[in-house]
Amino acid sequence: MKEPPDILLVDDNPADVGLTREVLAASTHHSNIHNVPDGEEAIAFLRRRGKYTEAARPDLVMLDLNMPRKGGQAVLAEVKTDPGLRTIPIVVFTTSHADKDITHSYELGANCYVSKPGNLGDYFSAVQSIEEFWFGFTSLPH
Amino acid sequence: MNDIEVDILLVEDSQDDIDLALHTLRRENLANHIFVVHDGQEALDFLFCSGPYADRNAEHMPKLILLDLKLPKIDGLDVLRQLRAHPRTSTLPVVIMTSSKEEKDVASGYNLGVNSYIQKPVDFEQFRQTVKTIGLYWLLINQRPQNHSTKKLAEPVKP
Repeated sequence: MKEPPDILLVDDNPADVGLTREVLAASTHHSNIHNVPDGEEAIAFLRRRGKYTEAARPDLVMLDLNMPRKGGQAVLAEVKTDPGLRTIPIVVFTTSHADKDITHSYELGANCYVSKPGNLGDYFSAVQSIEEFWFGFTSLPH
Repeated sequence: MNDIEVDILLVEDSQDDIDLALHTLRRENLANHIFVVHDGQEALDFLFCSGPYADRNAEHMPKLILLDLKLPKIDGLDVLRQLRAHPRTSTLPVVIMTSSKEEKDVASGYNLGVNSYIQKPVDFEQFRQTVKTIGLYWLLINQRPQNHSTKKLAEPVKP
């Protein structure tokens, strides 16, 4: 595991991004957090296009589903069929609890699916669990 | 056997690792229904209800598969490849837990669509902590598709 790890946070909701950043900043892994607000930007970041030519390859992507321009499932479909990107773990992190979203995300190759809790304390522990599992216990591809 | 509900399918040939994983998961109350198979062929037979498991109820899929890589008969990566190629098992959460820390195994695992790859700690206490964390994360935090067996037979995502 390289330290510090890079996380690409794909989310258009500033409040959620702020909370997630707060939790990650307080942890021992000191992740570099990169935030993009929609799927188009996420793909540009991952393919190092446009203003992202110097972008780091993320160790983990946290992906919202409902976003402007290009939604999370379109991002999953593109990344998980791209031989150069498909090994990057993607955690879907979204307000949706709908089984069709869960099932479709897995069909598209999501590594895991976590619903954003509505309650602040639970939201914090969800982000902590995600970070601790992926950066504390998992072997990630280089 | 036919109607058994399984939380975790543990695919592992080392009896020491089986004993420790079972002890940890039960002590933490993470999984009461753990089924152990000892090689890759038995894992596929269990999941696809074939061979000695032909009478098993295919409605009952495990919530998590913990998969070793170096297994007798059919190895773990081959098991994973077969699961991902079949609509009925393509979205089942699979976590590789292996002693291999070779980068090519990590890359192959993710490339074949494993949900996550964990290196087995050699240390007893760390092993226990790892199994506990896997159980908590995949059974309580992660959300998985309901009704694998009733979902439409979509084309699996090709590697």
